[in-house]
Amino acid sequence: MKTFAENLFGEDDKLKSSVLADGELDTRHGPILYMEDVSVSFDGFKALNKLSLYIDAGELRCVIGPNGAGKTTMMDVITGKTRPDVGSVFFGQTIDLLKMDEPAIAQVGIGRKFQKPSVFDALTVFENLELALKADKRTWQTLFFRLSGEQRDRIGAVLETVGLSAFAKERAGILSHGQKQWLEIGMLLMQEPKVMLVDEPIAGMTHQEIERTAELLLSLQGERSLVVVEHDMEFVRSIAKKVTVLHEGTVLTEGTMDEVQNDPRVIQVYLGG
Amino acid sequence: MKLLTLASQDKTCTTVLMALAAVTFIIPLCNLLTPADSPLHFSAYTVSLIGKYLTFALLGMSLDLVWGYCGILALGHGAFFALGGYAMGMYLMRQIGTRGVYGDPLLPDFMVFLNWKELPWYWLGFDHFGFALLMVLLAPGILAFVFGWLAFRSRVTGVYLSIITQALTYALLLAFFRNEMGFGGNNGLTDFKDILGFNIQSEAVRSVLLFLSGFSLIGAFLLCRWIVNTKLGRVVTAIRDQESRVRFLGYRVEMFKLWIFVFAAMLAGVAGALYVPQVGIINPSEFTPLNSLEIVVWVAMGGRGTLYGAIIGAVVVNYGKTVLTGLMPEIWLFTLGAVFIVITLLLPDGIVGLLRRKLQEQHA
Repeated sequence: MKTFAENLFGEDDKLKSSVLADGELDTRHGPILYMEDVSVSFDGFKALNKLSLYIDAGELRCVIGPNGAGKTTMMDVITGKTRPDVGSVFFGQTIDLLKMDEPAIAQVGIGRKFQKPSVFDALTVFENLELALKADKRTWQTLFFRLSGEQRDRIGAVLETVGLSAFAKERAGILSHGQKQWLEIGMLLMQEPKVMLVDEPIAGMTHQEIERTAELLLSLQGERSLVVVEHDMEFVRSIAKKVTVLHEGTVLTEGTMDEVQNDPRVIQVYLGG
Repeated sequence: MKLLTLASQDKTCTTVLMALAAVTFIIPLCNLLTPADSPLHFSAYTVSLIGKYLTFALLGMSLDLVWGYCGILALGHGAFFALGGYAMGMYLMRQIGTRGVYGDPLLPDFMVFLNWKELPWYWLGFDHFGFALLMVLLAPGILAFVFGWLAFRSRVTGVYLSIITQALTYALLLAFFRNEMGFGGNNGLTDFKDILGFNIQSEAVRSVLLFLSGFSLIGAFLLCRWIVNTKLGRVVTAIRDQESRVRFLGYRVEMFKLWIFVFAAMLAGVAGALYVPQVGIINPSEFTPLNSLEIVVWVAMGGRGTLYGAIIGAVVVNYGKTVLTGLMPEIWLFTLGAVFIVITLLLPDGIVGLLRRKLQEQHA
């Protein structure tokens, strides 16, 4: 039987002091990410239309929707790439993401894997991960940065996880599309973000790689919150507890995979009926 | 140690460093130790010419840091060179003292000519060599900081940034042409007599200046080499290739660009400060946009993003310029233009790229 406080604040936080330092992440009410009534329009086209979305701490959420539904724009808004016309986006209870730029949002703990793998081709696989490593990212500190043994081990561990140990010293430019996807996922892991936004992780991957990606994402939930955008329904079914369906920039429905797949509105949107 | 291993991996780089060291040490030594009629003695003209090439090499290398590594095609880099040169020129002017045509102990000739009664405030302190050296770094550094801060924060990139860098150097050109600016107007600063009490025309001083130019170039090369191999260097390379992606990793792209831009501007300033005593004059023509474009040609020709490529490019192009302008001055600019087009089309990695390919073929 849960106590009243546990019900109110969630179990994870029962030991946490009720007073939070300024700018500290406050997830005592459950959600780690709040998007409320967010609208974005490009030249009159409403990419997001009063979108409201709440992601709980530790949750793995899948977001699906037909092309142009606003999935990538949603990620752009969360990570500071696109400013919404109206609406609010909060990280925890207190951190207003709309007042921050991309590096600040990244540093506060929101990481993103892009739809198109965008690794740094001129750098080695190891160096790509080193750049992503959670560290002091100011100029002088970066100039005099030296990798500690612990950090080196961590990069080694991530290389192992994404199966690129053998390629550590190779330039990222020579990797295959699937391997670049893995490297991006590795870079995301190096950042140790509290929220991971993962845009189409399995494009260009083989069947085995897809299975490993599913395993990896599932192993991360709980410790981290994940928002996964993916077109592959089979993949979504294999990882998702809760699925959000976007359509024309707004949430069409939310629920389990079975619920949403049987929702007549979803069927209509996908089949264009 | 890492520097040495890096250098040894690349034969061309080692060769360039050895050649630089040889020029830096052997030419001044020969000139100081041998009598003027000895075959080992280099003429004052040659010494100054080589010294000048070395300062151009330093200038080219500083642009390579900005363009080759950070991807900022700065078309106004010559402005920082000229500012460093002016800072040194102001010191040299104040050294003239009463030996000017008008014999004023405080005011340089052009100020007396303009009927000025007092030394402008910004000329104060330039009688001290240390202060002048500080200004050699600070004047270009501060300009680069202010300009970079405004441009990079507003995320001005690509061709737009290139255009405003051109505008910057052009604006400075016009400003320095004005007599009221107090930098000698059209004529600039010249008729230097001595530096630190030594006659600036003497062979020994020329040899020392050549040595200092070479020494600064080697030092700057090692420093730049170190920087591009730090994590900051890798962030800068990452910015060149995927600027927006770097932001999502939590790096403030504008601060990294600003850092590298200011550092490169200071190096360019040092190059200008070494250049002026060797050529004996600094005037507003150093600010012409054409000069800045030429630096880009040196770097492109030598090979971008290698540091030593810029050194090779600067020396080769300027040697070509010396020879051709001596033989047929009117064809120089056409040649330069033609060479630039050929390089861009056929050798995107410049001379260094060509040498690397040749070396690989030998190994294969």
